[in-house]
Order: sequence, then structure tokens, then C-alpha cells
Amino acid sequence: MIKSHRFLRQFIRFITLLIATCAIAFLLMEASPIDPVQSYIGAGVAVSPEQREQISAYWGLDQSPIERFYTWGNHLLHGDFGDSLIYRRPVLQVIGEKFTNSFCLMLAAWLGAGLIGLFLGCLMGLYENRWPDKILKTISYLFASTPAFWLGLLLLLFFAVYLELFPIGFSAPIGVAAADITWGQRLYHLFLPALTLSLTSFANIALHTREKLIAIYHSDFILFAKARGESNKSIFFRHGLRNILLPAISLQFASFSELFGGSVLAETVFSYPGLGQAAVNAGLRGDIPLLLGITLFSVIFVFCGNLMADILYGWADPRTKEASK
Amino acid sequence: MLLEVENLSISFRRYENKAQQILLPVVCNLSFSLDYGQIMSVVGASGSGKTILLQAILGILPQEAIVQGNIIFQGQTLTPKQQRQLCGKKIAYIPQSVQFLDPLMRIEHQVCQGKRDTTNKKRQEQIFSFLGLPPATGRLFPHQISGGMARKVLIACALMSNADLYLVDEPTPGLEESIVQDFLQTCRAIADQGKSILLISHDIGSILPFSDKVAFFYAGSILEIANQADFTANGQNLRHPFSKALYQALPQNNFTPIPGHAPYSGKLPNGCPFAPRCPKFDDCCQQEPPFLDWRNGKVACFHAT
Repeated sequence: MIKSHRFLRQFIRFITLLIATCAIAFLLMEASPIDPVQSYIGAGVAVSPEQREQISAYWGLDQSPIERFYTWGNHLLHGDFGDSLIYRRPVLQVIGEKFTNSFCLMLAAWLGAGLIGLFLGCLMGLYENRWPDKILKTISYLFASTPAFWLGLLLLLFFAVYLELFPIGFSAPIGVAAADITWGQRLYHLFLPALTLSLTSFANIALHTREKLIAIYHSDFILFAKARGESNKSIFFRHGLRNILLPAISLQFASFSELFGGSVLAETVFSYPGLGQAAVNAGLRGDIPLLLGITLFSVIFVFCGNLMADILYGWADPRTKEASK
Repeated sequence: MLLEVENLSISFRRYENKAQQILLPVVCNLSFSLDYGQIMSVVGASGSGKTILLQAILGILPQEAIVQGNIIFQGQTLTPKQQRQLCGKKIAYIPQSVQFLDPLMRIEHQVCQGKRDTTNKKRQEQIFSFLGLPPATGRLFPHQISGGMARKVLIACALMSNADLYLVDEPTPGLEESIVQDFLQTCRAIADQGKSILLISHDIGSILPFSDKVAFFYAGSILEIANQADFTANGQNLRHPFSKALYQALPQNNFTPIPGHAPYSGKLPNGCPFAPRCPKFDDCCQQEPPFLDWRNGKVACFHAT
């Protein structure tokens, strides 16, 4: 009974969140100085005012913003996300294709950041205030404050241009048919952008893990474990790791949103044809259906991440399980 | 002797103004001994350094602590390495509260320290029934049990080790009188099996009937070690002014408070630490601290009766 009540509340929150983000994104696009017709036509092409009006009538741009938002929402409820103005294809199709690319990138970066962060965080926590901790902490702060696009450019410059170890961009070699691309090639193209994203987001997880582990190592139950003669190894694996894993996991899922933001920058730098790049294009060229579609999609994605963090927390910590019953 | 502590001093490194290192003495020049089958209680105010004493014996003090003096266990002077080996095997610690249990681990795994083979399991069941814990307690998490049960679980942890020396930290606060009595009776039963218990408390009233010896602890030093028989009538057999005053401060004996407050560590007086509050205080008390000397018990006072 209470459980279904909680579920309902989550659901209502989710729906209001969706409506609010769509409305805000739509308003921002309305306020932007970019004229979708002009950006569609391009700069140098001469088009008569009549043709211009035809195009905007075709896209429904002659209607009032409220009317357009209403029409869009109405179609959305029937499962129609509309057509992208720049790709000339249904929005869902574009998102589906771009997301497959982005998904690999984000998954790799997500796992990379999580594992590096957890490992370094544990290391820092175990060597609290000794030199390994001090060095790693400085490195973490450095990476935490490095902008993703700048780091991406640096890596590109060093590994792709100078050492020529990795490709400069794209998700696959140029001139190869989509069906012929091997997984090896995909991973090869994925490496630098994924590294960039991992490096910019691991520090957050590492520093959180460090704090948490230090707090746990100063707690009474670790003192008791020492008093009972448990070895350092056993103290770390039986008590330390078990107690930090939980916050680390939820932090990891909550970092979905940052990952999304970061991937936009990384994809732009590496010309990686993912969702982030599509979002940038849609914004710059006034493609409202595509942008709203991506917004909706990312809200769902981030919301799912947070929800998963929530569920996992309850599942792994007996104390929260009790409270939610 | 099972445990002998000789001239134990503990101080903490602190940094003032970032660079200047100062030493904060917490325990000064402590000596006492404990025989097989005995319960010795250490009584004194909160913050007088009692828990630090236990942690020093276990060798689990924080890194910034400096320990001097000898801790001799079963005739062997303990090194930090030996302490690590003996902890949990020959020396067991019974801490205060549920905080000392890992919140994410089921109780049975904590009691058995992860080694739940058949012998351990059987032993755990025996200990649980000895302590009056329902067998189902083992499947619970620490947040699901009451304070009294937590105390029993902590004892169970200690009993699993089959140690010779039990160090018990503050068994009385926050617990119902009957649970305290229960706990102390369990302690007595353990001691009667030939084990020794060092018990720390600030509740003389409750622990007195169960103790063989009582050490009066004040500002990091032991002022007197009295036998249980010395606690009679108005305490005229107690010899140190502090022990007398403390005994008379009990509700059942006049309830007379001692004026003033205990000194803060780092601001200890030169001579006897109790001198500023002592009714018998004179010049010689201020010059050097008196040593404990033997006269069927120990007392550190120039004016001991």
C-alpha cells in the first residue's frame, strides 16, 4: 500500500519534471535570436519573401508559440516526436542512431571514471595525509577543475597529432560502410573521448570516496575491529570497502547527469557523432523538435540514473530498507 | 600476575599555531597490577583518560599518541607487534555501545569475525544462550537491536576469543539498572573462571559490589588503589582525600560534592594533581607528585591516613 503510494509520488514528480523541462527548453529556444528559416536556407542563398513564408508555414512557424507548443505536446502524447528540421527525418530515429554512438562512449567513460575514482579514493583514504594521499589529492583537484573541452584538445594534440597513436575524430574510419565497421575500430575511435570524460569526472568520485573512507576509518567499529586483532587487509575488505561501496555506487548513478553534460563537450571536440553533437547542432540551427526530443530523452535518462541510485541504496543498506518499508 | 603496568605515560602530539609542536600529557606515570580471577575497576571523571588507558593496553591508540613505560602481560613486556598478535586472542575489549558494530553486517558474522565454520557456530550458540540472547539475534543488523542487547553482543564478541584479560569500557551509562546488574554478574562469572577483568566506569555505586580492587583515577594518575573491604561506613578506611570525597559524594553517603573541577590535560599542576581541590593541601603537595607506595593497598598522598 505504502509502496504503491511512493511509486505514484515518484511518477507524478517525473511527469511534472518532464513538462517543466520541455516548457523551459521551448521558451529558451523562442527567446533565442536564431531564425530557423534563415539557418535552414543558409547564408549565401537568395530566397524570395514568399518562399520564406511558405517554408515557415510548412513548419508551422507562423503560428503563435503557445499554439505550437500545444500541437507538439498533443502529437507527443500520440507517440509522434515530430521531424527534425536539419536531418529531415523523424526525431526518434535521429535520437536512436545518435544515442547508440553516445551510449558506448558514455558507458566507457562511466565505467572508467567509476573504477579509477573508487580505486584512487580508497588509496587516498588508506594513506590519509601521507604523501601518496597528498599527491593524489592534488591530482584529483587539478582534474576536477579542468574543463572537459580543454583536456580533450590537449589529449587530441598529444596522442592524435603529435604521437599519431589515435584518430583525430569520428566514431569510425572515414570511407568505411557502416556494416563493415569492426568493434576494434569502434573502440579505437572511442578511446580518446572516453578518456577525456573519465579524467574529468573521476576526481569527484575519488574525493568523495576518500572522505567517506577516512570517516569510516575513524569510526568506532573500525577501532573495535583493530582491538579484535583483525588484519589491515580484513579491516579494509570486510568493513571499509563494504561501507564505502554504497555511497560510491549511488554517486556513480547520480553522475549520469554530469556525464551527459560532459559528453556534449567531448563529442564536439572529437567530432564524435553522438547525441551531444546533435544537441549542439539542433540548438545552433533552431531545430526545436529535435532539441526538445533530446531534452526529453536526457531527462528520462538522468531520472532513471537517479532512480537506480535510489533503489540500489535501499537494496544495499539494511537501514534504508527498513525505513522505506 | 596476569597484567602489570609500569610507569605508563601517554601524551598526544598537538600542533599550535601550525608549526609549534606541544605535548599534551593525558596519562602520567601509571602503575598497577592485576591478578588472575580479579576484577579491578578504574573509577574517575569523564575525560580523565580512562579509555586512553584501555586503548594503550590494546595498542590501538591513534598515531599522534606517544606511549612510554611498560605493559607486561603474562610475564612478557609487550611490543606493538605482540599487542597486535594478542589482541582479540588473549586480550579482549568490550566497548561501550552499538557504535562499535559494523552497521552493514549481520551480527552473527561480526561475532564470528567472518569464520562461521561448525565449531565457531556452535560456540556462538553456546555463548548466546549463556548471555541470554535469543538465537535469532544473529540474523539481525546492529540497528535492529536494543542497547542492552548490543552490550551483550559485544560481550559475545569478546567471549568468542576465549581471552584471559577482558577490558571493559563504561558498562553502566544509559542502561537500565537490571541490565547493568546482569552485565556485572556476567563479568563476575567470567572472572570466577580464572579470567581477569579491567573495568572502567564512573559509577562506583554499581560496580563496587562486583570489584576486587578499585583504582581511583584523577587527571591521568591513579591516586589510590583500594580493596573492596575498604569501602565501609563513611569511608574511613579509604586513605586518599580524593577517594574519601568521591565516596562521600555518592547519594547513599551524604551526597557531598567536591568543590572545583578537574584540571584540563595540558594544564596539570606540578605537584599532586588533586592539590588545588584538596582539603589537606599544604606546601609540599605543590612541589612534586607523590608516588604510590605499598601499605596493603596503594595511595599517592603525603597526607594519607
